[in-house]
Amino acid sequence: MDISSNYAVQMRNITKAFGNCMALNSVSIDVKKGTIHAMLGENGAGKTTLMNILYGLYHADSGDIYIKGEKVNMKNPMVAIQNGIGMVHQHFKLVENFTVAQNIMLGSEVTNKFGILNMRKFKDELQKIINLYGLKVDPNAKIENISVGMQQRVEILKTLYRGAELLILDEPTAVLTPQEIIELISIMHKLIENGKTIIIITHKLKEIKASSEYCTIIRRGKYIDSLEVKGIDEEMLAEKMVGRSVKLIADKTPAKKGKVIFNIENLNVQNQQSNCLLAIKNLSLQVRKGEILGIAGVDGNGQKELVEAITGLLRAQSGTIKINGKEIQNTKPKNVIKNKISTIHEDRQKRGLVLNLSVAENAILEKYNERPFSSHGILHYSEINKFTSDLIKEYDVRPKNCKGVPIRELSGGNQQKIIIGREIANEPDLLIAVQPTRGLDVGAIEYVHKTLIEERDKGKAILLISLELDEIMSLSDTIAVIYNGEIQGVYDQNEVDENTIGLLMAGGSKVGKSSKNS
Amino acid sequence: MEKAAKILKKPITSTLIAVVCGFLIAGVIIALMGYSPMEALGLLIKGVFSRPKYIFKVIEKSTPLILTGVSVAFAFRTGLFNIGAEGQYIVGSVAATVVGIKLSFPPIIQIPVVIFAGILAGAIFGVIVGFLKARFGIHEVITGIMLNWVALYLCNFVVNSHEFNKPSNSKTYSINQSGYTTILYNWKSSKAGIEFLRNNKWLSDILLKTDVNVGFLVAILVAVLVWFMLNKTTIGFGVRAVGLNPFAAEFAGIGVKRHITTTMAISGSICGLAAALTITGTSPHGLYLLTMFENVGFNGLFVALIAGSSPISCIFSGLFFGGLIYGGNSIQSGLGVPSEIINITIGTILFFVALTKVVPEIANRLAKRRENNA
Repeated sequence: MDISSNYAVQMRNITKAFGNCMALNSVSIDVKKGTIHAMLGENGAGKTTLMNILYGLYHADSGDIYIKGEKVNMKNPMVAIQNGIGMVHQHFKLVENFTVAQNIMLGSEVTNKFGILNMRKFKDELQKIINLYGLKVDPNAKIENISVGMQQRVEILKTLYRGAELLILDEPTAVLTPQEIIELISIMHKLIENGKTIIIITHKLKEIKASSEYCTIIRRGKYIDSLEVKGIDEEMLAEKMVGRSVKLIADKTPAKKGKVIFNIENLNVQNQQSNCLLAIKNLSLQVRKGEILGIAGVDGNGQKELVEAITGLLRAQSGTIKINGKEIQNTKPKNVIKNKISTIHEDRQKRGLVLNLSVAENAILEKYNERPFSSHGILHYSEINKFTSDLIKEYDVRPKNCKGVPIRELSGGNQQKIIIGREIANEPDLLIAVQPTRGLDVGAIEYVHKTLIEERDKGKAILLISLELDEIMSLSDTIAVIYNGEIQGVYDQNEVDENTIGLLMAGGSKVGKSSKNS
Repeated sequence: MEKAAKILKKPITSTLIAVVCGFLIAGVIIALMGYSPMEALGLLIKGVFSRPKYIFKVIEKSTPLILTGVSVAFAFRTGLFNIGAEGQYIVGSVAATVVGIKLSFPPIIQIPVVIFAGILAGAIFGVIVGFLKARFGIHEVITGIMLNWVALYLCNFVVNSHEFNKPSNSKTYSINQSGYTTILYNWKSSKAGIEFLRNNKWLSDILLKTDVNVGFLVAILVAVLVWFMLNKTTIGFGVRAVGLNPFAAEFAGIGVKRHITTTMAISGSICGLAAALTITGTSPHGLYLLTMFENVGFNGLFVALIAGSSPISCIFSGLFFGGLIYGGNSIQSGLGVPSEIINITIGTILFFVALTKVVPEIANRLAKRRENNA
């Protein structure tokens, strides 16, 4: 394709290396003016790196960037903003206790000639933009009090206020409910009608089909293909993204549910931010042997507090948590582990691993005090290494001889394999998996799902908590929906569809069959 | 080139570069003041190595620094900055002195009792800091600094008290001789000893003019023990896990609060040990009035920093530090250079140690340039 002013952006032969790792290898992309263009690739494929180069956050080792046919040297984000580029990052960059208006103004303040802020003038300008694109937000609300979907709109407004013609949205749907996603897509279409151009970074195939006209696929830093989205199906996109055919839905046989072994009754947990509010309200839940119970919900609706209350990190104000009939609420994490509950924490790097310790040391993190790994206070490294070697072999951790290296040097997927292996080696009765596939590529996700189902088939109870609704829908034998610290309903798999769950996740009324839990 | 990059990436290299840079800057300052830097360097080296007496003096000066260094390094592994090392050292010496003066047992009991008193006092001061941190989240630097002053005035209180004050002196009595750990203390003042040493210049130089004591050997032993504890025991494993990531440690069932308190107890007791060994091993075997901190504990922070928080490296950085302090005197007396120059040198070296993160970065650049040239 020639360089032409019909294109909002053309990037040519962009190459970027981090140390020895080739993040991008001669990638090119052409984004037509007034279109929504999807960047598709697995985690770590280089999508975000490419966009960060476009936004001036990174510098390409080689390659050129053309904006409307003109070559531009993207020295820093200021240059990008001057060229009408705006970026909404996956993790929002907002000041929590500022209002919406203050956040949008931050960095390009409207002042009078004495340098005093002119809030009124600014709000008038802002209101015009809000009305034009239908981005409904209250300019006077504080960020900490509005939903994630709203915060995203604030980020979009921020770029529009700075005169962005081209918006880059990095994984915009990762934190949204299905309904919010639909709203976002309609906002995106409205922006296009008004002459804007959008690049959306994602690995969710469904959304590409719903929103985009064109799609560029990259795999491991290499350009694979650019396609018109119309007329190709999701399977084909997936195949191009991963490089082989993949199963999008986990394979499993019907669950053989046993007796209830884990039982939460009327649990109340305080909100950590404000002491008078409850993060978990009167929550009851039961998990049976041999089933995967999935908790669906939007981020920040009490999932974190629920996990922390079960694992002994947070105090339960009232209520009981029982495993095998034994109460474990308000005891120490050690006691919880001893009572056969193992947890794959969502925050691998913060809660799951000590990154600077070796793989072997991480493998025994919970059991270093026990035989055979130590006796009389002395560690037995031969036993520790043997255990780790077995773990590495069984879970196919790469590289194979990684026992002694700091676990920091392993990829996310391999770190997760060590955690899963470690937790399963505890032979738990209840395995809690919180966002077990976060940040993993499709291959590793398949592996994690397979392992969870295998454990289920061995008769373990599994509590799966995930923000990915697809993951919950395909893995769970029983689905519970959490909203605002309360369980909205409990259903068997296939009893209700994604839309019903989505509505419940957003706090909507119960449709169809009423909750089985009441 | 690749080899150069590899060498540059080793921590020891960056430390050595920092040391050289420190010396260079100090040299420039000395030159600016109108003295010869080479002469100063010569005097420093001479002041450390030219006589066996000097070497043993350096060892004597280094002993407490090695131990306070190990103490700080150990606490640092749990993520604690033990600035209270100074206070723990002072209370250790207070306790050792008080017990050493009040009790009079034969050496085989007296020495352990005096040393244990020092360790216990240091440990108590450490535990206070650790407990307040673990229970109430009060920062260890705040409590550490406060307790340093408590220790300083406690020391002065004891020095001035009727009970311990040596009349018309701003120091206490010496502890009972049965508590001395100076090597051959009795023998060198005995008749046979005097006779023997008169004929043996070399030995008399060491034995009579310095306080050669067992402290240095203890310090090495403690450094090795702490290394062993950190790397081969469950306590050390817990300490490292808590220090590197308290969140993961907590989640894995490792008692974070318990480890913070334990660490501070151990760290404090090592400082107390350093103090007790100084009281038993070197004259005046007692306390003197402190107008300001002696910096034994504070210098331990620097020793640990230069050693990169490795207990074994603390032995070497402690010796280096002791050498600078002792050898610095001869620059002052030989050239008339103010002793502050030595302090500036030490400060500059530390400054560069803190900057050494740059060195691996330079190594990466070198490696990259090579790739581009290839």
